[in-house]
Amino acid sequence: MKLKEIVEKLQLTVKTGAGLLDREVKGGYVSDLMSDVMANAEEGSLWITLQIHQNVVAVAVMKSLAGIVLINSRAPEPETIQKGEEEGIPIMVTDMPAFELAGRLFALGISGG
Amino acid sequence: MGEHGDTFLKVLLADLHIHTCLSPCATLDMTPQKIVKEAQKKKLDIIAITDHNSAENTGAVMAAARGTGLTVIPGMEITTSEEVHIVALFETIGAALAMQAVVYEELQPGENDEDLFGLQVVANEFDEVEAMNPRLLIGATRMDVVQVVDSIHSLKGLAVAAHIDRDAFSILGQLGFIPDDLKLDALEISRRMTLKQGRMTYGHLKRFPFITSSDAHDLDDIGVSPTAFRIGGPELAELGYAFKVTGGRRIEYSGIEELRD
Repeated sequence: MKLKEIVEKLQLTVKTGAGLLDREVKGGYVSDLMSDVMANAEEGSLWITLQIHQNVVAVAVMKSLAGIVLINSRAPEPETIQKGEEEGIPIMVTDMPAFELAGRLFALGISGG
Repeated sequence: MGEHGDTFLKVLLADLHIHTCLSPCATLDMTPQKIVKEAQKKKLDIIAITDHNSAENTGAVMAAARGTGLTVIPGMEITTSEEVHIVALFETIGAALAMQAVVYEELQPGENDEDLFGLQVVANEFDEVEAMNPRLLIGATRMDVVQVVDSIHSLKGLAVAAHIDRDAFSILGQLGFIPDDLKLDALEISRRMTLKQGRMTYGHLKRFPFITSSDAHDLDDIGVSPTAFRIGGPELAELGYAFKVTGGRRIEYSGIEELRD
């Protein structure tokens, strides 16, 4: 499924990478530990996290993730937005908590990757 | 040494959390000579060099400070498995390097990506590049907070929970509380608030001593929020006495500006 469809269906707010939503989302990964994402996330996955620090972008680039969704209406730090634009990583925000968002993604056919 | 025998004590200003060009997120200006000059300019008496998961530049900064009157404490900012940052401070470079060996053993595998995270420059005391550190210093170790603090203590170091008022990489941000069995020597408030504000905000943690540090990643940051210690000299043991309020040693929790005059 394309990232664009997910954004529309789940009404995610796009903070960066608005022009990159044609990306295919191959799976999902939920984690708030960057070291865990670096070790275990699969390429093309959508990363669900509450971490708003700019390092999330570097980790997403490193693992070739499809994008990052920040939960609970968390606002990304200005440096995170800047990095996201520079590195071409879509960052979205939702008011849903991680459990709800993961469930909704699963219902759309996105699985653990 | 007693209640009334503390006239030999003096107030020394310390910034106990400074990164060098070895930390991928720090600027390349953070070289040994420049750090020492900036610390002197800011009237600091003591600085600690605390790069992410490495102590490889501590020796160079100590050498650069030789003869200047500035004391450099070798240290490291260690990332625990919970991604909590713990500042480790050591008496000797030998102890710092022994801790580094443990950290390197436990650091998550992988190579630094210089384009993504930044350069990890190992410098010498003359500000020359010696090498690039290839490790994933931005990563986490496999040691949890208790293991990290115990390792620091086994090398006679002091363990300080870094920037507890911040969301990212702080013990309160990652764990939400400080475990009862965690033998931290002090808590660090970031430069975003004063020591006084920090102690008020985290009044329930007053069983710990509080310090504030710059967590400098570039030169201008150095010394922006120093901690004033009333101690006998610029040694790690004296900082430890101040944390424990022993022999008249203590942290001056207010009025750094007055003390400076």
